Parts: sequence; C-alpha cells; structure tokens
Amino acid sequence: MKSGDRVREPYKDVLRWIESTDPAVLLQKHREAETLFRQIGITFAVYGEGGDTERLIPFDIMPRIFTANEWSKLERGIKQRARALNAFLWDVYHRGEIVRSGRIPAKLVYQNDAYERAVVGISPSHKVFSHVVGVDMVRTGPDEFYVLEDNCRTPSGVSYMLENREIMMRLFPALFRSNRIMPVDNYPSLLRKTLKSVAPPKCEQEPTVVVLTPGSANSAYFEHSFLADQMGVELVEGRDLFVKGDFVYMRTTRGPRRVDVIYRRIDDSFIDPLCFRPESMLGVPGLMNAYRAGGVQICSAPGAGVADDKAVYTYVPEMIRFYLGEEPLLNNVRTWRCSEPDDLNYVLANLPELVVKEVHGSGGYGMLVGPAASKKEIEAYRLRILADPDDFIAQPTLALSTTPTYVDQELAPRHVDLRPYCLVGEKIELCPGGLTRVALKQGSLVVNSSQGGGVKDTWVLSN
Amino acid sequence: MLSRNAESLFWTSRYMERADNLARHMEVGYRMSMIPAQSGGYASEWHSILTATNTINQFSQVYAEQSEENVVQFLIYDDSNPSSIVSCLRVARDNARQVRTAITSEVWLAINQMYLAFREFEADPANRLALPELCDWVKRQASMVRGAFINTQLHNDGSDFFSLGYFVERADNTARALDIKYHILLPTTEVVGGGIDNYQWSTLLRALGAYRSFHWEYGGDHSPAKVAEFLILNRRCPRSLSHCVRQTTKQLDNLCSSYQKYLPAQTHALRMLDDISSTSVDQIISNGLHEYLRDFILENNHLAERIGESFLFGER
Repeated sequence: MKSGDRVREPYKDVLRWIESTDPAVLLQKHREAETLFRQIGITFAVYGEGGDTERLIPFDIMPRIFTANEWSKLERGIKQRARALNAFLWDVYHRGEIVRSGRIPAKLVYQNDAYERAVVGISPSHKVFSHVVGVDMVRTGPDEFYVLEDNCRTPSGVSYMLENREIMMRLFPALFRSNRIMPVDNYPSLLRKTLKSVAPPKCEQEPTVVVLTPGSANSAYFEHSFLADQMGVELVEGRDLFVKGDFVYMRTTRGPRRVDVIYRRIDDSFIDPLCFRPESMLGVPGLMNAYRAGGVQICSAPGAGVADDKAVYTYVPEMIRFYLGEEPLLNNVRTWRCSEPDDLNYVLANLPELVVKEVHGSGGYGMLVGPAASKKEIEAYRLRILADPDDFIAQPTLALSTTPTYVDQELAPRHVDLRPYCLVGEKIELCPGGLTRVALKQGSLVVNSSQGGGVKDTWVLSN
Repeated sequence: MLSRNAESLFWTSRYMERADNLARHMEVGYRMSMIPAQSGGYASEWHSILTATNTINQFSQVYAEQSEENVVQFLIYDDSNPSSIVSCLRVARDNARQVRTAITSEVWLAINQMYLAFREFEADPANRLALPELCDWVKRQASMVRGAFINTQLHNDGSDFFSLGYFVERADNTARALDIKYHILLPTTEVVGGGIDNYQWSTLLRALGAYRSFHWEYGGDHSPAKVAEFLILNRRCPRSLSHCVRQTTKQLDNLCSSYQKYLPAQTHALRMLDDISSTSVDQIISNGLHEYLRDFILENNHLAERIGESFLFGER
C-alpha cells in the first residue's frame, strides 16, 4: 500500500510480510499462481470471440481479510436474508400473503418473467426453493455493508473461492501459519449435506445426488465438474437422464440408476422441453412431472428466480419484516424504481450521479455508470429508460471501500465486492469466506469477470 | 458409472495411445529416410507411413510432394487432419475434460500439460523441436499419462474402460505397422536377411521400444518370421497382438464379473483370444501375413463396436 493510505488493522500483518519480501519474489509468486491456474485448468469460456475460448480470470495474490467480529455480523445478516427470500418464494407459489397484504405489487411478482406458473402449489422439502443463495455485498465504511443483489438460482464462482485458497496455501504457507484463517474447504461437504437433506418425499434410501450441467462448452463447466468431483457425485448432462413414471434415472454402464436430487446448473427454461422451451436439448423431457410427483428434487427449485431480480430486491427488507418479524441486519443500497413516477423523475434528473441497471440484466452488461459516462452515453441511456421505465432501477454510486491489490508489481487500492454462499436445506449454513471480485482497472467500479475483473482469496480470521 | 463417462475414458486412452504410436511411426520414417534404398536414391518411407495411418488420400489433396517437411506438417501439426498428433492430443484432452470427475487430478494434469506444452511450441515455428526430439517428447509425455494412471487411478470399472482403450488402439497400431513392413519387404523377399531388410525390421523394433526385448527373446536374428512372431504371438511383448487381446479380455472379464452380466464384447474378445492362441507364425505366413493382419484389424474394429453396444455408449 502506498504511504498515506490508511490500512485496516487485520491487514497489517500481511502488509508487513509483503514489505519485507523481495519484489522479485512477489512477482515470481504472482506468475506461479497464473501457471497453476492454467495447468489445473481453472478457466472460464468466453463466447463469440474466436481463438482461445478458455480464459483465465486474473488472480490477485493479496488476500481480502475480515476479522471474526466483522464476519459474525455479516453471517447473521446473510442467513436472515436467505431465510426471508425462501419464505417469500414459498409464499408466492402458494397463497401469496405478501401480495395480498399490499407490501409488494402483484404485477412485480405474477408478471415477472422468472415466475413459473408450472410450479404453483408445489412444496419442496423443508419449503426450500433456493438452496444456494449468493448475496453480493460491498463495504462502504468500517462497519457499513450494503447488499448489491441476491442470487437465488445458480450463483457461480464458488470453485474460485476454493481454488484461490488452495493456491494461496501453496504459495504462502508462512502467512497461513502466522494468521489464523478459517478454512473453507468443507464447502463441498456442506453442499452435499444440504442437497441430501432436501431429498424428495418418495426417496426412501440414501439419496443419490447429481450435478446437472449444460456441458463442457458452458462457461462455468470447470465449476460444475469441480463441485461434482469434490462432492463425490456424478456430473450429468440432460442426455444422461431420462424419466420413467414418477422417477428420474441416469444411464450407466450397469443399466438405469435412480436419481433423487438434482443440483442443476442450467436455467429454468432449459430444464424440461415438454414444459418450457420445446427446442432445448439440454434438459430432460418429463422432469417437471417427476418433480411435481415428488419423485425428484430440483435444486434450486424452478421459479426461484422471481426472488432475485433487481426490482424485487428493493422489497427484501420488507420481506424480512413480514415473514420473520425482524429488522434487517444488512442494508439495501438506496434504489429508485423507474416503474414509479416520482423515482423516475428523480433518476432522469440525476443520471450523471447514478448507476442505472436493467432489472433483468446480469454480468455487468447494459448498465450506466453515470460519473464515468460521457454526455452522449447518458443521453442515449435516457432514451432507453424512457422507452421502458419498468425495466430499470437506479442506485447511488457508493463511496466504496478499497482493498490493497497487487497491480503492476506494486500494491494499489482497488474496489472490491464479496459474494458469500449461503446453503439452505434442513439447516442453514454459511462457509467462512466467499468470492472477492476486484476491479483491476484504476477507479473502476465494475468487478465482473466478463468486464476484466479479477478475483482474490477471502480470509476470515478466527478469534 | 455413466455410460457417457465410460465412453469418454475409452476414447481418452485410445487417442493418447494413437498419438504415441504416430510418434513411433514418424521415428521409423526419419530413421529409414537416412539410409539408401536398394533401387537407388532413398527409401520412400514417408509414403508407407501415410499408408499405415490411412491418410494418403487426404494428404494428396493438400500437398504435392511427400517430403519430410510436408509429412511432418500433416501428421504432427495439421489441425484439419483428424489423425495428426495435435488432433489426437486435442480430442484426448476434450474427452478427459468431459470426465474430469472420473480420473485423478494427476492423470488430468499429465494430459492437460502435454496438450498445453504442445500448443505452445506449435504456435511458434522457431520453438518447434527437431523431429527426433519431438518423437521422444511425445512418447515420454504419453508414458507420463499412462504412469499417472497406473500409479493413482482406483481399480474400478473406470480404470477398466481406460485400459480397454489403450489395448484396442495398440493392437490396431501394431497390426498396421507390421502390415506396412510387409508391403515394403514385398519386392525384396528374395534377399530376406540382407542388410537393408534387417535394418528395416530392427528399425520397426526400435520404434516400438521392443528392440532389447526382442534380443532377450530371440537373440540377434531379425528374420521377418521371428519379428512377426514376436509382434503377433509373443504374450510377453507388451505391444504384441496376443498381449493386447489378452489384456482386453482381462478388462472385459473384470467388468463382467463386477457387473454380474455376460456381455457380447466379452464373447467376441474370447473368440479372438482363442484364434490367436491356436495359430503359429508358419501358418500365418503360409496363409498370407497381409491377409491375416487385415482380418485382425477388422475383428479388432468389431470388438470396439461390441464394447460400445455392451456398455451403452453413445446417445440413445
């Protein structure tokens, strides 16, 4: 870190180590990390660019650090949020109490693209719809965290949390010995336990769990195979599965074998061509029937996406009060909904100061970062908002905190966010850590890997 | 195990073995091209290698001359040739990537590193290894994959499918290599035992890594009949047809007993083993070595098809 910048207490030990280390050694460690990632094949696919379609995500050797106290506060807040989101999902596919009470507009739920009519009335085991909740957060001050968005479908990136740690432990064993860092490597076994705990009603034996992937061309294929491997379960594609009666089977060299729990990493609309997109070859014909009949559990449940769009997000604090009778422990970012006339007027009048996002957008695509945009870009975006106000929300550019990051062979402050992964089954569990994404360009607020962001290891120190 | 995974394991090892064998063929090629041919000039060994790898038609469509440079480009670096070393490595790696959950991380690392390293020196012609070094490199890397497999893989059905791929492919390659020698030797049968003839047979043995083994078994006599016997019938030679068929049968026995099923592939393999065990090299030569090898290659292909049917490979 350059002199003059203030550094929080937990970083001091690591910084001391880095300052006393020969820069040539650091550079070498940085290169070793890249080589390891390449050799192990920790890559993500980039579509539509030709050439090398497998790309590395830049890895930063400087960890992000939380103290035990900081983490325990976050943990309570994240678990609270995950419970409320699941209560909401169960509610909107049953009586819809929250809508009847007038706390959330009916239109936002029932006309939402992610709302699946085919799921109405189904009650998955333990009433859980979203089994892995990824909560994206940013820090704005010593004790201030804001939730940016919730991911209730298939939040990705957890393999990086685990591999980043592996590589850090190989490169910097001394740091791990002198800091007491909570391990994250039990995540796969927690995930397996969670998935087994939600076995469907008709499963009478030890549940068979599988991971369902769209295939090796998918950008997150590494993660899919990694998780299946670490959990010790089969990684299947749609063509490996078939439905007979109320049950799902996989084709094995010994003949058909029953599957009870499917951790699916494909979108709702591809799950079952008989129910959703008829032309899709990725899913399994008849899967929804087996699901409805209680012969198989799909994780996360179809229709879980209705809880995680950027418009529904603004109501999560309301959900926490409504379902749990508690005050939210984590803040939402102040959000203006362009669907509401007053908010729309405010947004249009203040575009240069705001971040505007598409309600259904993801991956950092299609957003406007007001302070960084030209007049021309702002005016073009204004027209887009006016054409369909319901599709946009706006947030202030927060005074995001930065974390020391190894860039151009020295440490410099860069903006980061954090995605912890909350597991919801019979119990609710949070692994002490998460994926820290870092914006490698100076001043940039966008951390998505598709936009040139990198990743770093996330340390939670024990007491 | 998933049928699709079994299939990917089978093809991963087949393509690794194919790349290994291709490097061995190339080695024969450059050794042969250094000695004068009887008819004057130099032996056109490159032609026979294109024939052995069944790629001569495709080659002729793209290249005018069967020069070393062209053959090397075509059989080693050409992406559009599905039988080139680079294609074999790519397909082996794609299949391994499909079944990363069914192979150990050491096997995956060996395959992935081989592919990445090859890509690296392929990208820059200035970094390309000379042909002899390249052949050695491919053989060594392939041995590392095989070694990682033997040292770390659990002995379950997955390892049986992986091994099956090796032996089915190796049998095919040994039979083809022998068949090519047969063609080369045809015009010179009257001088069997002559200097050139001996050189060709010993070169074949060297390329198969079997030169020393052959001496242990037969002493220094490189007669075609002895070499043919060694590479077809000798059970102790790890590249012989007899050894490959025996190993195939063993893997299929393992699978059948753990699945408690009787499978068409096993019947087929047992019949092949019976045939090869009850014949002699004199019989083979008097009925025609070429005919024998041609029939063997066909039977071996049928075996691969039966394996696919028995374990539900492919979409259905």
